Amino acid sequence: MSTLVLKGRKVVGGVSEGEALVTRDTISGWGGIDSNTGTIIERRHELVGQSFKDKVLVFPGAKGSSGWSHFFHLARVAGAAPKAMLFNIMTAKVALGAVVTRVPAMTDFDQNPLDAIETGDWVRVDADRGIVEVTKKAGMKPATAAE
Amino acid sequence: MKLADDEKAMLDGAMGKAKQKAMDLLLRYGEALGAERLVNVTNVASTFNAGSPALKPYAEQGMDAVFSKFNLDSDEVVETPQVEVYTCQLIHGIDTQNAHVTGVAEEAVNRQKTAERFFGERGVAMFNTCTPYQVGNVPVKGEHCAWMESSAVVYCNSVLGARTNTEGRESTGAASITGKIPYWGYHIPEKRIGTHHVDVEIDVDGMMDWGLLGYYVGEIVEEDIPVLDGIRKVPSMIKLKHFGAAAASSGGVEMYHIPGITPEADTVEKAFGSKKPRERFKYGKAERKIAYDNLNSSAKNTAVDFVMLGCPHNTVEQVWTVARLLDGKKLSPNTELWVFTPRALRDAAELAGYGDMIRKAGGHLMSDTCPAIGRIMPKGTNVIATDSAKQSHYLPAMLKTETWFGSVEDCVNAALTGQWRGELS
Repeated sequence: MSTLVLKGRKVVGGVSEGEALVTRDTISGWGGIDSNTGTIIERRHELVGQSFKDKVLVFPGAKGSSGWSHFFHLARVAGAAPKAMLFNIMTAKVALGAVVTRVPAMTDFDQNPLDAIETGDWVRVDADRGIVEVTKKAGMKPATAAE
Repeated sequence: MKLADDEKAMLDGAMGKAKQKAMDLLLRYGEALGAERLVNVTNVASTFNAGSPALKPYAEQGMDAVFSKFNLDSDEVVETPQVEVYTCQLIHGIDTQNAHVTGVAEEAVNRQKTAERFFGERGVAMFNTCTPYQVGNVPVKGEHCAWMESSAVVYCNSVLGARTNTEGRESTGAASITGKIPYWGYHIPEKRIGTHHVDVEIDVDGMMDWGLLGYYVGEIVEEDIPVLDGIRKVPSMIKLKHFGAAAASSGGVEMYHIPGITPEADTVEKAFGSKKPRERFKYGKAERKIAYDNLNSSAKNTAVDFVMLGCPHNTVEQVWTVARLLDGKKLSPNTELWVFTPRALRDAAELAGYGDMIRKAGGHLMSDTCPAIGRIMPKGTNVIATDSAKQSHYLPAMLKTETWFGSVEDCVNAALTGQWRGELS
């Protein structure tokens, strides 16, 4: 079992863990996700059709409409929020979105989480301490669970 | 974050429960951003709607519940106070004067009307448009604002030189009753300089061309600040409105410079704050075609059911253009046409007879909403045509339709013939 640790800055405090869902595409809130299910709906997005519900969402940042926070807010209300949010590029959209989604969130990492974390890895986020622990899927999860 | 005395008083509850909740949210939000303080804002553009299905359970508890939950992110229901600074309502989901056309249920219309009265009485200007700058809300250069609506934000920063980030429903709700927002991002002068040098190598003239340029540039620069070098003709407000809306859809552009035209950069050098651009790329014929093909990638069927014009909301001049193209003609029996404009401009267009011209041809003049925001379209629509890069970007995902993008003339022709014949010349 291989593990690695990333250090970063707290955006929203708290501790949670779950399976990673990683994308190199920025995410739209309004017009980009289905709030009821947490599914990415943007047509040319690499995660189109996949849901971030109960996953640790690892993504570059937010794009698109100012409805970003409202649609992630609605995802929380619908029980379709991610477990945690890890991202690289800080914007007002993603900051407010993380705040109202009320899940642990971090940014400003010592290494790029998009390189260090793969979809299916088990990720524990301790935003209060600024630490992300990654257990690579090969050591932890059965092979059939990979992507 | 460092708080000023009035901000501390609000946080302590000395100015009422709602302001306390608002300050709590602004503090959480400011800390998330890494901001060091708040700044006073004098102009807020937000949304206080209650018509959408997701909000129905809260609206049934009353408008204070909607405001507390969705405009302040407060679990506790607090009484909604008067706004503290000039605040307007942006576009929302329901054209209350055209529910018979859109098929929106009467109870949702009534909920929206109740919200308009409730928040109107508390000082919110009911402009009901994505383009407040078209109906008299024109912030001054340097003015600190808290605006939502990505197409309005990019216009506010770039064309007007006022200062706002792309805020959300909760942060603008808090700003409306406190007059505060985190001092971060586009409020800070150094954060407003260009990052990407775009060599525009072809003439960019019509509205469609400005949409294509915006769509291409936005996808490349994402949330960064492009500087358009090589624009030879001064573009009208309509064209800049379309450029910004497109760039804020394919990417997250909140600010751009056109040296010699937009207010914060007389020259290319000034646009980059005398620094080197981070990246440089060109926009020519091939790039224009890429944008066009991407915007039309969802569509195959040339039989058009529905033509949508007016995203961002049309000016009176644009409504007139559509009315003239329709004058004396009839829409195809297989095709519907909806033309959107801000409510105040709809009155002006009606006065001038443009509404009658559009209706005589079989179309509808509408306001307050759009197909993407309201998730509305004529029953049985499979194929849409629009002159808006923004709608063409979002509608295939949101309404599961094929969507053609082209010029306003291409779109009106499709409405008259029922067939899409647009192409890139």
